[in-house]
Amino acid sequence: MMPVQADIAAFWHSLSENFVIDLHIGEGFTALVNYMTEHFELFFTAVAGAISFVADNLTEFFNFLPPQLVFVVLAVLAFWRVGWRFALFVLVSLYIMMSMNLWSQSMDTLGLVIAATLAALGTGLPVGIVMAKSDWMQAVVRPILDFMQTLPAFVYLIPAVIFFGTGRVPGTIATVIFSMPPAVRLMNLGIRHVPTENVEAGRAFGCNGMQLLFKVELPLALPSIMAGINQTIMLALSMVVIASMIGAGGLGDPVLAGIQQLRLGTGFEGGLGVVILAIILDRLTQSFGQRDRRRGGLLSRLKFFFSGRTPDSSVS
Amino acid sequence: MGTKLSVENVYKVFGARPQQALERINRGEGKDEIFAATGMTVGVSDASFEVAEGEVFVVMGLSGSGKSTLVRMLNRLIESSSGAVRIDGRDITRMSRRELIDLRRHEISMVFQSFALMPHQTVLENTAFGLNVAGLGAAEREKRALNALDAVGLKANADSFPDELSGGMKQRVGLARALAVNPGILLMDEAFSALDPLIRTEMQDELLRLQSEQARTVVFITHDLDEAMRVGDRIAIMQAGEVVQVGTPEEIVREPANAYVESFFRDVDISHVFTAADVARADEVTVIEQGARVRDVLARLEQSGSAVAVVQDGQQRYQGTVSDKSLQAALSGLPDGQDVDIERAFIDGVEALTSDTPVGQLMGTVAESRVPLPVIDSDQRYRGSISSAALLHTLNRTDASAA
Repeated sequence: MMPVQADIAAFWHSLSENFVIDLHIGEGFTALVNYMTEHFELFFTAVAGAISFVADNLTEFFNFLPPQLVFVVLAVLAFWRVGWRFALFVLVSLYIMMSMNLWSQSMDTLGLVIAATLAALGTGLPVGIVMAKSDWMQAVVRPILDFMQTLPAFVYLIPAVIFFGTGRVPGTIATVIFSMPPAVRLMNLGIRHVPTENVEAGRAFGCNGMQLLFKVELPLALPSIMAGINQTIMLALSMVVIASMIGAGGLGDPVLAGIQQLRLGTGFEGGLGVVILAIILDRLTQSFGQRDRRRGGLLSRLKFFFSGRTPDSSVS
Repeated sequence: MGTKLSVENVYKVFGARPQQALERINRGEGKDEIFAATGMTVGVSDASFEVAEGEVFVVMGLSGSGKSTLVRMLNRLIESSSGAVRIDGRDITRMSRRELIDLRRHEISMVFQSFALMPHQTVLENTAFGLNVAGLGAAEREKRALNALDAVGLKANADSFPDELSGGMKQRVGLARALAVNPGILLMDEAFSALDPLIRTEMQDELLRLQSEQARTVVFITHDLDEAMRVGDRIAIMQAGEVVQVGTPEEIVREPANAYVESFFRDVDISHVFTAADVARADEVTVIEQGARVRDVLARLEQSGSAVAVVQDGQQRYQGTVSDKSLQAALSGLPDGQDVDIERAFIDGVEALTSDTPVGQLMGTVAESRVPLPVIDSDQRYRGSISSAALLHTLNRTDASAA
């Protein structure tokens, strides 16, 4: 047996010597990044400018809002869209957020998440529509989405830092890349799953392409689209800790400090803050995806509430 | 009434190279051969028929016979591979996109098997869908949609959402949506097939009622023979992509084009198909002109060996029925050579049947009557008589020929 094994080892060695060529993928990528930093500087500056404009203004705006107002607005939204129990949860959890002294960080994160989500949806949803309309486009975009979702976030943090330096901008960009795929996928899926007869009905009554899209396909795909938007927001939120490693700030900072300095309590508080924000955003965005027309307006809901009865829709 | 819609040698081949399949069809190859050789499916093969203005034209066939493909080629939801589809003489297969959209908005509308309502819109908005797409103003839209809903009896549900309605009500909305654009042609693709049998019958009645108010040109797709015969003025039967027979229900029952068509009608209750006029025989009962002498009539009856005679006037209008017994009774007590008016010998209680009565409805009357019953048409003209023996014979004969 020994000689056979030795033979195999020798064969394998010669194979890897002669047959397996080092393609220098890593070096190629480095060269590409270097080339891009040199030749597309203007482009990156423009992108960075646009992103930092939106992200900075949003974060500043949320930080400028008095906490009381945020309490009231979120609680009212929660009451209107979900129910009084969730409104109560919102109030309690926001109070906890304040008591942990993480208010400004949470507003930073909220601004960043919303900026990233807007960018992700602004590019992702149109791509999803095109993808649904063209099998060719679907075949092209799908692997790109897989790539975006599975490539570890740290890997594209490096070029993001090289292109945009540190701070909020690369953080937002990394978040956009990471959170965009579900919006694209679910838009594509939603449109493709609109019942054939509804599409036929649209065409049979004389819809042109745009009418078909806006009067039939998008409304019928809405639950799926909203699920995609919800997922995008959730993924964006899950990137905050990683983004804070390159100085994006927000609720990731205390978590990072907890890791680096082994401060258990600080890390936990930061994590809890992320969870609270996630639950609030999740429930609120989900409620917009439900096709519930009997929910009624805010006023009728208040009337119900104060008449001592629970409206049906708050049961769920 | 003129021709509203004509389908001329229409083919549909599903596959990469329809022309290649068409050439094979021209060479006489069958659907299965072509599929085996090229992998292409012949959906519809050489379909030709004409639909008259105001007619309910039923296309019937089993699933996979190409009827749904055929109906979709009438508004180009599916493009035909060759042939022409003319609406009011214009070939729609050659229309530009713009013309086609215009045609769909104003001239031809469709009702779907699964209703295909928009779940996010109210019944009223759904009904106004076609008008909305065509760019009508909100007020006009609402007015016409409400009218259409009124026509199908759903005005009260205008603000409901589709998921709050039963299946039958949903399809009424589907029908209202199609009627709201006031189309010249209504395509109904298995429109009632998803409904419960009772509701289905109700909807068929609804369609017939709407047709009696305003006769539209309807192309009605179904796999249900009873439905086809109830709603159809004429029926086209499809088999494996080909239209194998076109005709009125009676024509098809009487002379099925092939064994396939015959097998379709095997279980049909022909008492719904045949009317009194179909069963009535002119040769069975002696016909006598009004004013004939009673004694002469009696002599003729004895001579011919029959017991009953029908009396008609100079315009062939039915007057009454006499029998040898009733004639003798009228003459009894009269001296030889004296005659009476034949009217005095008419048998009481013999009611003439109208010619369009379905056989199913007259069986009881015919069975109870001791004399053959006369059948008259809408102008009171005598068309023949039905005896219970003749009726049984007819039913039996059709059974035998269909079996």
